[in-house]
Amino acid sequence: MLGYLTLILVCQLIGELFVTALALPVPGPVAGMAILFAGLVARGGIPEDLGNVADVLLKNLSLLFIPAGVGVMLHVQLLQREWLSLTAALIVSTLLTIGVTAAIMAWLRPGGPEKGE
Amino acid sequence: MDGLQELRDIWVYLSASPLLHLTLTLAAYQAGLWIYERANLNPLLNPVLIAVVLIVGALVATGTDYNTYFDGAQFVHFLLGPATVALAIPLYRQFAEVKRSAGALLVSVITGSLTAALSALAIGWALGVSRDSLLSLAPKSVTAPVAMGITEQLGGLPSLTAVLVIVTGISGAMLGPPLLNLLRIKNWAARGLALGTASHGIATARALQVNEIAGAFSGLAMGLNALATAILLPILLGFIF
Repeated sequence: MLGYLTLILVCQLIGELFVTALALPVPGPVAGMAILFAGLVARGGIPEDLGNVADVLLKNLSLLFIPAGVGVMLHVQLLQREWLSLTAALIVSTLLTIGVTAAIMAWLRPGGPEKGE
Repeated sequence: MDGLQELRDIWVYLSASPLLHLTLTLAAYQAGLWIYERANLNPLLNPVLIAVVLIVGALVATGTDYNTYFDGAQFVHFLLGPATVALAIPLYRQFAEVKRSAGALLVSVITGSLTAALSALAIGWALGVSRDSLLSLAPKSVTAPVAMGITEQLGGLPSLTAVLVIVTGISGAMLGPPLLNLLRIKNWAARGLALGTASHGIATARALQVNEIAGAFSGLAMGLNALATAILLPILLGFIF
């Protein structure tokens, strides 16, 4: 388990170094994800313990957003001024994105449509 | 009076140690989860939202500032990086399915990613949102760890982005399924892909409860959208600003 946690951290570290050295417009952990993904493809499978470590991290993903979310405290004045326009932009944009993405995927996807709800 | 003084000393000691705010973060999340499960996973009672409200309430009540809180909470925050790296695993698990509809998938997610960022920027701009907030709003559809990284690079406010990302996730999980029904999109792959692209992990968690294919495609879309936005948004904003 510890070995695979170390492997994940090493991927992130290499990702951070890579992004900084090449001044890429991608966050280090995303580069780390790509590196780990490439490693899995090269290996042709997921070691069981690596899968377990990843599942533990991802099962509790929501928890990890909380410290940043509490940062809302820092923006009380800004939100008092802009909350209505921000909320409107956010909800309309989210619905538009869902509609556009689903329509294109349903249209382009190979094979017939599966039955849904 | 002595007892009161002693209590005060203990409080001063505890509030200066990372343990208190680390524990507060975990306990508030447990409380949030408990309420969410009691309410039959009602997306309005998102556990992250509940935890944030509880913690902000506790901090305001005790006159604690955010930096003091973050000294403890940073241990949780740090794990966002490794968790992002770990997204490679669900991505790999769906590799066969990905290859099968790779073309359709890429076109849909990239179009969705551009729609999410550009429509948020356009609507926000039209409604007079400030530049700082616009930069923090642009990556709102991306999973929080990556969105915050993107905002940091753009020069926005990562902590504001975190809040906007969470609200985006909750609104997509709530309003997405009825919208898809209205549009008569019954294909599970398309439904999941759209939810994951627009509303990342929070909608993925919801999609997984409804249908396995939808959940897999949602998780995949979340990862791909993170990658697409991280690459495209800085380039796009280079043209706009």
